[in-house]
Amino acid sequence: MANRVKQRMVAARLLQALPILVLATFIVFCLMQLIPGDVAVTLAGENASMERIQQIREAYGLNQPFLVQYGQWLAHAAQGELGTSLLSGEPVAHTIARTFPNTLLIAVYAVLVSVLVGVPLGILAATRAGSPLDSTIMGAASLGVAVPNFWFGMILVLFLALGLQWFPATGFVSPLEDFSGALWYATLPALALCTNGIAEVARQLRGSLVEIQSSQHVRTLHAKGLSPARILWKHGLKNVSVNLLTVVGLLFNKILAATVVVEAVFAIPGIGSSIVNAVLQGDFPVVQGAVLAMVVTVILVNLCTDLACTVLDPRIHA
Amino acid sequence: MTTASVSSSSSHAADEPGLARRVLSWLRGDPRAALSLLVLVLILGTALLAPWVAPYDPAHQDLEHMLEGPSAAHWLGTDDLGRDVLSRLIHGGANSLYAALLAVSVALLIGIPLGLIAGFVGGWTDVAISRLIDTFLSFPAIILAVAVTGAMGIGLTNAMFSVGLVFAPQIARLIRARTLVVRQELYVDAARCFGASPLRLLGRHVLPNAIQPVIVQSTLLLAVALLAEASLSFLGLGVQPPDVSWGAMIARGYLYMSLVPEQMYAPGLIIMITAVAFNALGESLRTALDPTARGHG
Repeated sequence: MANRVKQRMVAARLLQALPILVLATFIVFCLMQLIPGDVAVTLAGENASMERIQQIREAYGLNQPFLVQYGQWLAHAAQGELGTSLLSGEPVAHTIARTFPNTLLIAVYAVLVSVLVGVPLGILAATRAGSPLDSTIMGAASLGVAVPNFWFGMILVLFLALGLQWFPATGFVSPLEDFSGALWYATLPALALCTNGIAEVARQLRGSLVEIQSSQHVRTLHAKGLSPARILWKHGLKNVSVNLLTVVGLLFNKILAATVVVEAVFAIPGIGSSIVNAVLQGDFPVVQGAVLAMVVTVILVNLCTDLACTVLDPRIHA
Repeated sequence: MTTASVSSSSSHAADEPGLARRVLSWLRGDPRAALSLLVLVLILGTALLAPWVAPYDPAHQDLEHMLEGPSAAHWLGTDDLGRDVLSRLIHGGANSLYAALLAVSVALLIGIPLGLIAGFVGGWTDVAISRLIDTFLSFPAIILAVAVTGAMGIGLTNAMFSVGLVFAPQIARLIRARTLVVRQELYVDAARCFGASPLRLLGRHVLPNAIQPVIVQSTLLLAVALLAEASLSFLGLGVQPPDVSWGAMIARGYLYMSLVPEQMYAPGLIIMITAVAFNALGESLRTALDPTARGHG
């Protein structure tokens, strides 16, 4: 019975993701339309001949109605054909395949550190709610949310790379070629990215744990004489874990977005820096393709965390 | 006559025992909020009075005193062109705060009507707008802002307009949720029975009672917008030289990081302090404005 309900919820969530995915691709497509002037002229670059512009117009289907253009673009995108860079001529799909693993490594690394540090801090603050330790942790958390992460990255470079020389200051190796080397290069960027994440995980966890601890059923457990550690583990954390999963899902989105600046600080050839370079140089096919790749990733990650929540949530029993 | 009595009952929470007195008692009860407000007023005041307060012209180059450390003449030292860092910090503050306000205003101007329409009209309109909101929320925020800025043209105003566009769905979602609740209330029904037009219903009855969470969120968003300005200007998509902002100052400091690390401390710290103050104020407003936390009276 419970299974049937969960199956239906999973199916409903999957169906819900579909229109969002389609709408997202539409928005990314519309980005091109925001460019002032004739897209074909922009794409052809400066000093292009009329024939060249006409060629581009036909090649990109720009003489077709808007929705037809969208349909064609989507059909191509679905097959991984995202056009070619205007500057280097590299297929956009190759650019993404080359740069995205670097970005993903930093983002996942930062999410992991956020959880590994944020969870103990949150538990510590919650179990000693109201103590000086609690206010110190929460105070640090409010700094963690407010610090510009790329600036923090620069501070890390200053002290840990240029000063103590523990880590390389800039540069990167692809995790696909040399994973441990990549981890080495990814450590400072991940640390720069995780301040916000640690703070958010700790805050959320503390909040939900304090709420649960003051609830009727936990007070009853105290009265029954269960040890606080046991109560925290069996009744607190179990209930909170689903909550935490949602936070981590949202965190991934935020951290992935923030990589764009941190990559600039550490000169990492990630997808964020390829978006920024493409924007600065007017290379719109790269912007479009890379943004599409990121948004699809985020939607899929959100979908996965939501599905995991549905499956794990102990309250869903019919 | 009748509308007057209805509206007074709808908004009686907003204008009873004197706004000034309530603000005062709120600040007295919450020293952290009072401190944050004081810090923000100081920073904003200094930024607004920049031409009079700043010791030097922020663009004045003194090539005999480049990249100097703090001294009596230049409290925070000079940058790579011999410009006074303190003066640039003060002038940059004006641009950074303008940028944050611009982004949040754009978010409110787009988000509020969108949320009101979705929540009030309901049906397919609501479904369509809600899906749109969900979709926008799944975009990594800064990435979308970077891309929109690229399409519209690089510059501080365009960049912050993009950031506002990216924030708007958050506001819309909040307003929609509150509107759904408020439109069920008796006083809205009553006003409708008295023949109030939909626009009047929205403006006079629904919006004032749905706005509290938006005030809180806008305060918190100011902090996020400030960080977004710093990010975009750091990437070279925001403020353009010779103009200056806190983010642009960090970018400048980055170039000379190994030579004079002091260059980048001040702008980063001031961004952090301002963001902490906005956040603390927002959190405090959340409790102060929460209708469930305040006794009905």
